Amino acid sequence: MFSLERVLDLPLVWHGLIGTAIFLYVVLDGFDLGVGILFPFAPSETCRNRMMNSVAPFWDGNETWLVLGGGGLLAAFPLAYSVLMPALYLPVILMLLGLIFRGVAFEFRFKAEGRSRALWDRAFHVGSLTAAFMQGAILGAAVKGIRVEGRAFAGGPLDWLNAYSVMVGIALVCGYALLGATWVVMKTDGITRDWARKAARSAVCGVGLFLLAVTVWMPILSERARILWFSLPNALFLAPLPLGAGLLLLLVWRDLRSGREVRPFLASLGVFASAYLGLGITLWPWLVPYEITFRQAAASPESQSALLVGTVFLLPLILGYMAYVHWVFRGKTSEEPAY
Amino acid sequence: MALHRSATRDRGPPPFGMGVVSGVVLSFQFGTNWSVFSDRAGNVLGPLLGYEVLTAFFLEASFLGVMLFGWNRVGPRTHYAATLIVAAGTLISAFWILSANSWMHTPRGFRVGEGGLLYPENWLKVVFNPSFPYRFVHMVVAAYLTTAFVAAGIGAFYLWRGRHERHARVMLGMAMIMAVFVAPLQVLFGDLHGLNTLEHQPAKVSAMEGIWETRRGAPLKLVGWPDEKAEATLYAVEIPKLSSLILTHSWDGEVKGLKEWPREERPPVAWVFWGFRVMVGLGFLMAFTGAAGALLFLAGRLFNTRWFQYLCMAMTPAGFVAVLAGWVVTEVGRQPYMIHGVMRTSEAASPVPAGSIAFSLAAFLFVYVFVFGAGSYYILRLIGKGPASTEPPYGAHGLKKPPLVLSGTGDRGGRDV
Repeated sequence: MFSLERVLDLPLVWHGLIGTAIFLYVVLDGFDLGVGILFPFAPSETCRNRMMNSVAPFWDGNETWLVLGGGGLLAAFPLAYSVLMPALYLPVILMLLGLIFRGVAFEFRFKAEGRSRALWDRAFHVGSLTAAFMQGAILGAAVKGIRVEGRAFAGGPLDWLNAYSVMVGIALVCGYALLGATWVVMKTDGITRDWARKAARSAVCGVGLFLLAVTVWMPILSERARILWFSLPNALFLAPLPLGAGLLLLLVWRDLRSGREVRPFLASLGVFASAYLGLGITLWPWLVPYEITFRQAAASPESQSALLVGTVFLLPLILGYMAYVHWVFRGKTSEEPAY
Repeated sequence: MALHRSATRDRGPPPFGMGVVSGVVLSFQFGTNWSVFSDRAGNVLGPLLGYEVLTAFFLEASFLGVMLFGWNRVGPRTHYAATLIVAAGTLISAFWILSANSWMHTPRGFRVGEGGLLYPENWLKVVFNPSFPYRFVHMVVAAYLTTAFVAAGIGAFYLWRGRHERHARVMLGMAMIMAVFVAPLQVLFGDLHGLNTLEHQPAKVSAMEGIWETRRGAPLKLVGWPDEKAEATLYAVEIPKLSSLILTHSWDGEVKGLKEWPREERPPVAWVFWGFRVMVGLGFLMAFTGAAGALLFLAGRLFNTRWFQYLCMAMTPAGFVAVLAGWVVTEVGRQPYMIHGVMRTSEAASPVPAGSIAFSLAAFLFVYVFVFGAGSYYILRLIGKGPASTEPPYGAHGLKKPPLVLSGTGDRGGRDV
């Protein structure tokens, strides 16, 4: 049967592809979840309409990266998928419920009036907040490690909940707020943009604080992480990542003060990229920390090959037409409610 | 088209978001609730679901934005193209998800390896497994019919109230063209699908028929109550020999009864039996509505016959109910198996405590009832408002008239009242 096993290191290729899909999800849905997190704090109804309109054409495509993350994990690493999902059962379910509420709120709020519109505004905010927090908690729980026996999760339903995962949850909420605020700075003008600038500055402080806290806490939590990040010569090679994240945060701060509108968003993406890369290096080579590696979890080479053949052509195509959609909706968002 | 334009711009779209969010949920629930199934069948089903996301989900989700919000940003042709792409995306999506589902009914092209793990042997046999073509055609046609009857119901409602008559005639006319030709075809497709099931999952068909004893010249039970303890269908109203004729195309053909299988190999009979009757009953009602519509059209009374308007309004949800009933038949009928003949449903579940499952079930029930309730409310309000009357009925996208209307209702439906 057809297989690319001899020519390619399939598990490695798929590890990279799934990692990329999840990263794209984090930054893309990150900015529209961030808009939801900031939503009730906007100064006026008009501002809220503009914020909503600025993400309305995109959220749907953005969320599809999460479907690819889930479906791709099932296809390429079924063992990891079937251990992680039961282990993270409650946060995954709560995240999905949050995503449902915020997804329908997009459409219903433009059809509703008066009190029921306020209800959907709240659903949009709480849904976004819940989804963001649970994604952080999932990450925190994974970093702390998952109990496995045989080919199945062997822990309890609340294993995921602890001080560390709660902190990572709040940290991700701050991070998404930063993406959301800088996105709004880029896509709107007037009062909305000026308010978003202030919101972005608060978010920068929060993100800086939490990045520091995570960096200090992780080595205390895990000896592996300490040896990896704080012993020579590794520390020298890895130092550019935290330093780069710090410098980019400073750049966001300065650009917000000097009135730049596009670069704060791009630099925030850079902050996420360095944090994500750092996390990837810490967790390498585990898919289910610290029990199952990406090689152990890999689907049969025939399965990985079959999906890879199409992915090679489809992924660039998808990125192409997603870029086209962004080009169609380029520039500042109009005030008129679009739904 | 004005109807489409008014649906997506002037009054707001039907809630696409409900479909989007339930799609996100699906890609996780294989793992949260059926992790053993995901682990063992992932090698085979994973790539199918992966291709669904890559070829369909992204296409749909990305161009939906252009379709809903792009009116002022792109030209009419590009907008029309975006709409077609969204439609194509949904069809491709149906292809993959129904292929994966069909494989669970008629698994082919795989081998069982160590520890019960399944491995692909032949992708063509996996994707185009024996029940897939039948299920695909049956389901896609069902989706079109469902939409047609929603349009017919709304059109009939407007005609009954004497509002938006020009649009209402197009809606009802197009829906009846669909109903008169496609509903009888759907009965035929359903029959072919049933014969395919008889070949590969005979116990399901015996449950659909409520037949317990294997016999020649089996009667068709119109109604009755399948009692699993007594192993009999009680209070049955029967037509002699018809079941044999339908299933074997011979008056005296042998039909297998449920007693051929041990109790633990039989599906829950009453669900399958009644789900099947609801689906088939509604299918025939739809075909009848189409035929009545055609006769009324020939008599020149399609748009002003009061009882027909009531019938069409009553039939608005018929497609949804029939589709749900059909899924009950096929999925409950597959029990006790998750993958027919390969893996039992009881083996497939996640090692998650019952409390967590109960919580998620209750939460999803609550949220879906709430969200779909609100969605239905807004759709009904949208219908109450009707299409924007200032718009010309045709002409957007450079089309002079909707092509289908020309054949049946062009002379009457297009004229203003």
